[in-house]
Amino acid sequence: MKCELCNNKATVFYTQAVQGGQKKICLCENCADKSGLTDPGAFSMVDILMDETPEQAQPVMVAEVAEACEHCGFTLEDYRKVGRLGCSQCYTAFLGEILPMLAKMHHGIKHEGKVPSGMADSLALRKKLAAMKKDLDSAIAEENFEAAVKLRDGIKELEAQVS
Amino acid sequence: MKHPADWMIGKNVNNEVVVTSRIRLARNLRDLSFPGWAKKAERVAAMDKMRPKVEALKVMKNGFSHELSELEPLQKQVLVERHLISREQAARGQGSAAVVDRGQRLSLMINEEDHLRMQSIRAGLRLREAHQLLSKVDSALEKDLEFAYDDELGYLTACPTNLGTGMRASAMLHLPALVLTEQIGQVLQAVNKIGLAVRGLFGEGTESLGHLFQISNQATLGESEEVIISRLERVIAQIETHETNARLKMLEDEPNQLSDKIGRAYGILGYATMFDSKEAFSHISLLRMGAAMGYFPEGTMQACDSMMMEIQPAHLQLHAGAELEPEERDIIRAEILRSRLQTLTAPAINIITNDIVGGSEITGDLNFENE
Repeated sequence: MKCELCNNKATVFYTQAVQGGQKKICLCENCADKSGLTDPGAFSMVDILMDETPEQAQPVMVAEVAEACEHCGFTLEDYRKVGRLGCSQCYTAFLGEILPMLAKMHHGIKHEGKVPSGMADSLALRKKLAAMKKDLDSAIAEENFEAAVKLRDGIKELEAQVS
Repeated sequence: MKHPADWMIGKNVNNEVVVTSRIRLARNLRDLSFPGWAKKAERVAAMDKMRPKVEALKVMKNGFSHELSELEPLQKQVLVERHLISREQAARGQGSAAVVDRGQRLSLMINEEDHLRMQSIRAGLRLREAHQLLSKVDSALEKDLEFAYDDELGYLTACPTNLGTGMRASAMLHLPALVLTEQIGQVLQAVNKIGLAVRGLFGEGTESLGHLFQISNQATLGESEEVIISRLERVIAQIETHETNARLKMLEDEPNQLSDKIGRAYGILGYATMFDSKEAFSHISLLRMGAAMGYFPEGTMQACDSMMMEIQPAHLQLHAGAELEPEERDIIRAEILRSRLQTLTAPAINIITNDIVGGSEITGDLNFENE
């Protein structure tokens, strides 16, 4: 994927929620720095690059790139050297690095085709679980303990199902 | 495992141009380090988890299952020459295994680049059949093994080039007429342009021997198995038509040159005393084309396919029962070919001499008796 301002390789990807959907910008590190995108305080460039006024001022970094995979210890540098990954969780850790290349090597970046049977359910469960854990955190932060207790019990139940 | 499988010699199937079809699926266990990154103990543990499940598959009854460290280099090489394991897998030892079914149509590599590489091969253009079998095996295994899978990226693989379906579909094509008529470059370029890969006999980085070319999909993500296979089938069918047309055109435009080429190949194979693989392959290739075009009796094409298998280095050494230096191999290779050629009838060649002998046709029978 190429930078939208110059032709260098894009390494910074911003997605912003705008009315009725998302806006995405791909930039190289240089242009991102120059435009102030990497400085969370300054969003002037976002407004220039996006023709609609963003609803939310906070840009969301879609895919962060970690230095190393927490699960298996494989590093980003290793990946850049060998072009292969350490474990299935590396895809989460290095998604920002991998995603831009996928469009070039494949006919899309969204899987079509076989889904492991049973996996569809368990994936949905895992997603629900993650969402509930997030809700639990915010319930605790808001000191809404009644909701927190309900969520905690729900999570326990789901966790039992997943395992 | 003593003998090559039926698909290797194209028994009972039309494989004149499309010699074999192959499907490969890559799968990995969730959260475990991929084989290239895993420490030895982890690799062995992953193998111990997968191997019993693979061996317990119904289709693997009476199959062949060995850890790579148990196999002699020569045995590994024979498996590579039969396309049952990859060259990469052959280089591995402890913690990697190969499980092959009795009919040698299905092989599963444990701890190759991915935890599991499963492949199925069929003679002729039969990608769908191969895929059906593999998909069944895959579904049976996923009941016991949790494969790494992501909603967006599909099956997660060690190399991002295999993400999504994890499927590589390929066909081995025999295209001598396109090579001889110098159309092959154009055809291969067109194939590349539509995003398919062209490789030699043993995959990536290998050269084409005996006018054999492997064509496969590059992209694995963003399209379903069905879409990928359909496109490949269409392209292969087109190339097959081109090859067939090129053969017919040669027969029409230059029948004498064609007969000469086939006759020479037959003669050289029958009498030469030293052959390297490359030269032998190129002559057998012409014989194979001649067989498909009716120059030889039925069964000759299968004989050619057997020869191509038998004269590869590891098969030669298996035959000789000893390790051989390259020069010794060339001698034994020629020996085998000479003796095989004695069982083959000489080509039925019509020499057309319209221009020379006022319109009459002389049939030159090249049936010189062997001994």
